[in-house]
Amino acid sequence: MTPATDEVPLSTTAERQAVTGTHGVIPGADWVIVTRGLKREYDMGGEVVRALRGIDIAIRRNEYVAIMGPSGSGKSTLMNLIGCLDTPDAGEYWLSGELVSAKADDELARVRNREIGFVFQTFNLLPRASALHNVELPLVYAGVPADERRRRATAALERVGLGDRIQHRPNELSGGQRQRVAIARALVNEPSILLADEPTGNLDSTTSEEIMKVFEELAAQGQTVIMVTHEAEIAAHARRVVVLRDGMIASDEKAADYAARIESGAVHTSH
Amino acid sequence: MPFIDAVRLALAQIRVQKLKSFFTLLGVTIGVMFLIAVVSIVEGMGNYMEHDFAAKLFGVNTFELRRRPDFESGNISDDTWREWQRRPRIRDTDIEPVVSALPPGTLWSAHGEDNVQMQSPYSKPRTLLAEAVEGDYFRIRSLEVATGRLISPQELALGTPVIVIGKEIAEKFFPNLDPLGRVLRLGGMPFTVIGVAVSQGSVFGISLDRFVIGPLHSPLRRLVNPAGVVDGIKIKTADPADLVDAQEAVRAVMRSRRGLRPSQPDNFALETSESALSFWAAIKSKLVIAGVVLPAIGLIVGAIVIMNIMLVAVAERTREIGIRKALGARRRDILAQFLVESATLSTVGAAFGIALGIAVSQLIAATSPLPASVAPWSIVAGVLVGAGVGIAAGIYPASRASRLDPILALRQE
Repeated sequence: MTPATDEVPLSTTAERQAVTGTHGVIPGADWVIVTRGLKREYDMGGEVVRALRGIDIAIRRNEYVAIMGPSGSGKSTLMNLIGCLDTPDAGEYWLSGELVSAKADDELARVRNREIGFVFQTFNLLPRASALHNVELPLVYAGVPADERRRRATAALERVGLGDRIQHRPNELSGGQRQRVAIARALVNEPSILLADEPTGNLDSTTSEEIMKVFEELAAQGQTVIMVTHEAEIAAHARRVVVLRDGMIASDEKAADYAARIESGAVHTSH
Repeated sequence: MPFIDAVRLALAQIRVQKLKSFFTLLGVTIGVMFLIAVVSIVEGMGNYMEHDFAAKLFGVNTFELRRRPDFESGNISDDTWREWQRRPRIRDTDIEPVVSALPPGTLWSAHGEDNVQMQSPYSKPRTLLAEAVEGDYFRIRSLEVATGRLISPQELALGTPVIVIGKEIAEKFFPNLDPLGRVLRLGGMPFTVIGVAVSQGSVFGISLDRFVIGPLHSPLRRLVNPAGVVDGIKIKTADPADLVDAQEAVRAVMRSRRGLRPSQPDNFALETSESALSFWAAIKSKLVIAGVVLPAIGLIVGAIVIMNIMLVAVAERTREIGIRKALGARRRDILAQFLVESATLSTVGAAFGIALGIAVSQLIAATSPLPASVAPWSIVAGVLVGAGVGIAAGIYPASRASRLDPILALRQE
């Protein structure tokens, strides 16, 4: 889509690293996510789309980060890479001190199971299974015995305020409740990162606020949260905002600074 | 993915889509039903042949001296057939020397049989089998009368024109009448009915009550055999241990009477119930082929349908597969889930097939003369075949599911 000549300003590695600060970062320890020069291209019917053109990003444990950008900016691709659903064409991705960018399919499944808790825009609950069973699912694949699964899933549901709804099926729950079930499911394996993709995209504004409050509480309790969104108001709940544009990091700053720039009209929150 | 969860998921799937599941399972159900039914018929007939037939139709400890075997097993070559046709027949004059060579206490009976025109004033004439007998015929066959009496040794010796008839003959020629003392004309000659035999039941749908027995020395003889000739001599030893000795004695007598040199083979047959059973073995092998082919057709159709249904299930549940993969399911977890599901589906189909097969074989046993008894091993085989078909049919769809890209799968509506 974007020709190579039409690059945004931060084009050299030095500049990117000056902004995102992966230079000299040692993966592991405090740094739960470290990426170096992540690239991903897609072949769309003969035309090569360079979705990510070299992403360097480092995220500390306990951070609450929003990844923003208009559609086509590469934020979904980045989310897929961070979530280990996809592997980069070039670059390195270190998750909790482990180089996961070179791992094979089944190893990635294990990493997703242990390290990542997904929260999706469309909830992605199994429609025929109860809330409890949905939350138990990651534990099933982790090989946790049945009674421990039940205990931990119940605790996770209680943590998101759904202790009295554990036997309900998704279609018996409101949108907000469904997303809480999804959050409980994401938390049940005690993952290194909670990865939310437009978590309020299918919710009304009141419910969105409720869900954002849940994320804030989790972040306050020390959970690393990464949220992909295109809504500035949602991103403003995070403590750090990374903006992508044309497959590159356009800005990476404190949420307060980002909010201030929006106020002043310096940033277009174009969709 | 624990096994129990996968099975429960598959059963829930069946409950939710009853009609679709019905059609899915039909092939396997029919296949297994055939398996159970055919095996039960083969087993039932086998039991019958090996237990009842030997005793009832042929008699235990019994063999028969004949020109050629009566029960032919397998294909008889033209040469063999011609050789049989060239053999001399068993003659009246053979009876006395053969009988005198037998150990004491041995029963014997010379007999001849053929289709004979029968007629009574109460019915149309028919051509049916009549048997002319001598000696201990009734004792060898353990034949007893329901009404009247058996032919006495005096009547046998004198050739009195009296007959003992089967129940079916009685009903055909003397409908709603007491046949005792009435006349049945055989080939135009009058014979007095003196007894009606106890019903013998039937084998493979052929009634065993359709017989007429008269003395060998009566005029019946002329209707069934040429002069001086009998079809065979049945011999029953008192003790099973004597059977081989008796056979050897008869063989020695016959060979010397016919002047056979040691190098020449017997030109007569000593037929035992064993040789009759080899005839059954030949039929059985054909039935077993049917027992394999019929279920196989059902099972192949069943496998194709299940494979289709599983492919549809994979397509419909792409998103579910994506979710499971995102949450940490490995390829083998997805593979196992769909394999267990298709195996469960198929096994449920097999279970219905087993129930139907048992019902069908009991129906056959109750309504037709075919004896059918369900073999326990065929139930085990049915379950295993059901699960096997499910797994075989599930491999391709399950491997497709396991290879789905989680990103694309999650994007699917």
